Amino acid sequence: MTSKTIPSTVYDWVDERLGLSELVAFARHKTVPVHSQSFWYYWGGISLFLFLVQCFTGVLLLVYYHPGADAYESVRQITFVMHFGWLIRSAHSWSANLMIFSILVHMFSVFFMKAYRKPREFGWLSGMVLLGLASVFGFSGYLLPMDELSYFATKVGLEIPAAIPWIGPAIGNMLRGGMEVNEFTVQRFFALHVVVLPGLFLPLLAFHLWLVQKHGNAMPPAEEARPASERKTMPFFPNFLRKDLGMWLISLNILALLASVFPWTLGKPADMLVPAPQGIHPEWYFMSPFEMLKILGAILPGAAGEIAGILVFTLGIVLWVLIPFYDPTRELGRRGRTAHYFGLLAVFALLSTTILGYWTVR
Amino acid sequence: MSETTNLEQMVPEPGEPATRRAFLAAAGAAGVCYTLAMAYPIYRYLASPVEMAMSAAAVTEVTLKDAQKLPLGSVLMFKFGTAPAMLIHHQDGRWVAMTAVCTHLGCTVQYEAQQDRIHCGCHGGVYNPYTGANVSGPPPRPLKLYKVTVNDAAVNVSRA
Repeated sequence: MTSKTIPSTVYDWVDERLGLSELVAFARHKTVPVHSQSFWYYWGGISLFLFLVQCFTGVLLLVYYHPGADAYESVRQITFVMHFGWLIRSAHSWSANLMIFSILVHMFSVFFMKAYRKPREFGWLSGMVLLGLASVFGFSGYLLPMDELSYFATKVGLEIPAAIPWIGPAIGNMLRGGMEVNEFTVQRFFALHVVVLPGLFLPLLAFHLWLVQKHGNAMPPAEEARPASERKTMPFFPNFLRKDLGMWLISLNILALLASVFPWTLGKPADMLVPAPQGIHPEWYFMSPFEMLKILGAILPGAAGEIAGILVFTLGIVLWVLIPFYDPTRELGRRGRTAHYFGLLAVFALLSTTILGYWTVR
Repeated sequence: MSETTNLEQMVPEPGEPATRRAFLAAAGAAGVCYTLAMAYPIYRYLASPVEMAMSAAAVTEVTLKDAQKLPLGSVLMFKFGTAPAMLIHHQDGRWVAMTAVCTHLGCTVQYEAQQDRIHCGCHGGVYNPYTGANVSGPPPRPLKLYKVTVNDAAVNVSRA
């Protein structure tokens, strides 16, 4: 045997202890299906990339951010005093929005490819919880600059849990840390945003990714119906990984462009005595429920409308989450078609109410 | 479906075949470019307070309002730029100002009027309260003196 090079000696040393060659062998044999819908496979990876950007820029913001009474002043300092602070804050806000967008694309593509069916039910369920956590991330993070918009958005948003009969007001007060949105609210939202939510999100994300490894990419029913000999695949390493990283690069470029050309603004400091600005509206990903509540409120005035709204939402979300259990089989039966129509209805409802929402706030 | 079938049906990449080496080299080069493009703003962002402190530390003169009323045998601690400094009004009426940062390991030193010395609580360094000279203990260098001018309204301390 010839004398070994230093890198290969180091590799062997590490491999003996960590079993790297098992991983390499695993990656070498892993394949990804190739078909007309393969494009949708990238959206989970894009969401993951944007989440990593969130962690990274979030830690950078943490270097200067002060929760509590100084929140606004510290964000003003980050935005206008620290070099490139505006860019880092802008990248954090933009990647948060892009992440929610890509998670939604990922979710709908999983839905329409029927990728929630056996054995991938846990993938669907964990994904739904991750989306729920991501929206709480968005809601809690929105308050942290404590400017005018974040103040009113939080105030209005917390009216929704407060509308739950009997226990609602107590929940609202507990979330606010008082009767009004104040420095205690910022402090507890901060704890939620940087400690509690990551603590829940990260292990669940690991579980979600492990499931993807375990079961591989799901094929859409039309592809699955074809005989195995007609299906095409590509190796995960390096072919799919290279394309995946290519998508990450495209995402990074889009993010850099948006963050630098359209920097995230900072409004006036929150002041409860100043009336809410005209045309104030929630972030786009909360626009649909906001508009649905408004429509229901017009049909059923008063508390009845709010309660009906919450019930309709809860029912819709429960039906959506439980889809693997009433559309469980791989056959393209009646239930499968019903699920398909339900998905189309959900897309239509979300898009139409979002558009209507933006139309009416103009 | 067996793995063999899968591997036989791999879709060939358009263009040249993907070798691991070429892939890694291209990814590495792009990675270096992007890392540098991101590292610069992050470095400047993290260095912002350092730059602020540097410009604050660059002051050449500090005016201490009403410090001319400082009683004999007492000391006034103040900040010269970003670092602690001390203004001593000695029993004999002499005014002395010097940095209050121990030259040993950077603790803030103390003027002890009874013993007529400057003492560092951390490791017992002692300095002369008139000249700043290191008298005993571990300090390797004297404390740096500032120039003092006293008028009716204030005491001006400037770099010597």
